[in-house]
Amino acid sequence: MHLDFGVVSSALPFLWKGFLYTVQLTAIAALGGLFFGTLLAMARLASKKWLALPAAAYVNLMRSIPLVLVIFWFFFLMPLVFQAITGAERPVQIGAERTAIITFIMFEAAYFCEIMRAGIQSIPKGQVNSAYALGLTYGQAMRLVILPQAFRNMIPVLLTQTIILFQDTSLVYVISATDFVGAASKIAQRDGRLVEMYLFVAAVYFVLCYTLSYLVKRLQRKIAVIR
Amino acid sequence: MHYNWNWGVFFQELPGGGEEYWQLILWGVGWTLAVSACAWVIALVLGSVIGTIRTTDTPWMVRFGNAWVEIFRNIPLLVQMFLWYFVIPEFIPPLKSWIVHTAPANAQFVSAVLCLGLFTSARIAEQVRAGIQSLPRGQRFAGMAIGLTTPQVYRFVLLPMGFRIIIPPLTSETMNLIKNSSVALTIGLAELTFRARELGEYTFNFFEAFTAATIIYIVIAMTANRVMAVVERRTAVPGYIAGGK
Repeated sequence: MHLDFGVVSSALPFLWKGFLYTVQLTAIAALGGLFFGTLLAMARLASKKWLALPAAAYVNLMRSIPLVLVIFWFFFLMPLVFQAITGAERPVQIGAERTAIITFIMFEAAYFCEIMRAGIQSIPKGQVNSAYALGLTYGQAMRLVILPQAFRNMIPVLLTQTIILFQDTSLVYVISATDFVGAASKIAQRDGRLVEMYLFVAAVYFVLCYTLSYLVKRLQRKIAVIR
Repeated sequence: MHYNWNWGVFFQELPGGGEEYWQLILWGVGWTLAVSACAWVIALVLGSVIGTIRTTDTPWMVRFGNAWVEIFRNIPLLVQMFLWYFVIPEFIPPLKSWIVHTAPANAQFVSAVLCLGLFTSARIAEQVRAGIQSLPRGQRFAGMAIGLTTPQVYRFVLLPMGFRIIIPPLTSETMNLIKNSSVALTIGLAELTFRARELGEYTFNFFEAFTAATIIYIVIAMTANRVMAVVERRTAVPGYIAGGK
């Protein structure tokens, strides 16, 4: 078996573009997922049944089907949704890359919801009561008292979930989006050098994810000391 | 939204004739379950061994176990799937020649099972380690004090307790494994999601196909959940919160 990593170095500009898309997708999906996930968590914890039940149903549905299937769902559903929104005559194609961003925001929202729910539930009841005693409204109590603490307590878990998300974004391969893996596999198939390409991709992911999870672990220890 | 639902599509015949589409989906379910079941056995065996040796006090064993977990946790599952199917056979000539000569489905199945089995074993190892380490230190000492050897301490004291404590996280790993088996479609394995997409591509009834797949995944997940709940109740440790009195 003769390995020739020249194929990797000559494809680096293309791979870099794919990698940037992966990072972009991860960042947008993490922030969007956190935003909608927090809303979902508040809905799930709400005392009003008409809010709590649909939120719980959405989260459980997303968590019980494979990500690949979710990606397919959105890939075929999005054109129809955009058609309905814009009133266009034909389904609106938005491309694999943009579909992936919407999909991952919606999918990650379910997972971030569960993290934020645990975070909110870990806040002592006295905090809520004292916020109300000060005359804060529900929105103020959430925004100024509960969510900042819940968010802070959950930072290590949120970051770990983001590392998992970073790895999961590789699955946009199934709708032929050109992320890091997608770019690598396109070059690999063009040049017939699958071995070198996939070894390189695996090495890059390993080094990045290992370093990031090490940093998260250190951060976790640091936060644990402060509290 | 304008979409004409056509649930009759499942009873149409395949272009080749003979079978109907619902049979195609059923075959997909079969592959999903077969891959998941085989991978689960590998994952449980390897995960238990790796998780256990990480709690021993032999440094090289601990380091080996840690390396195992880090490798399988820090590479995306999709990339691992490609490594097992495209890369590793290139380095093992006998394996390569077997893959060339056998039916593609066999090679895909073996690759997917190994990939998912080892990927999940790292996660189970982490749970097993956590389970053993959650036991009070006195249990290990008590085992040694009554004259058990280290393997006996694990066999009779630590593992029976540790495993019973980690059944809930093992349940969610089982469900993750079933969901992850869909990644095998990237190497061409005709499991449930693959078949659902295929049905969509043949008939353009994508949403019927995906709805069916979604419902089937939910049913499989709920069944696995119920089975594990029974196991959990049967094996609950008396005296722990989960174990009642």
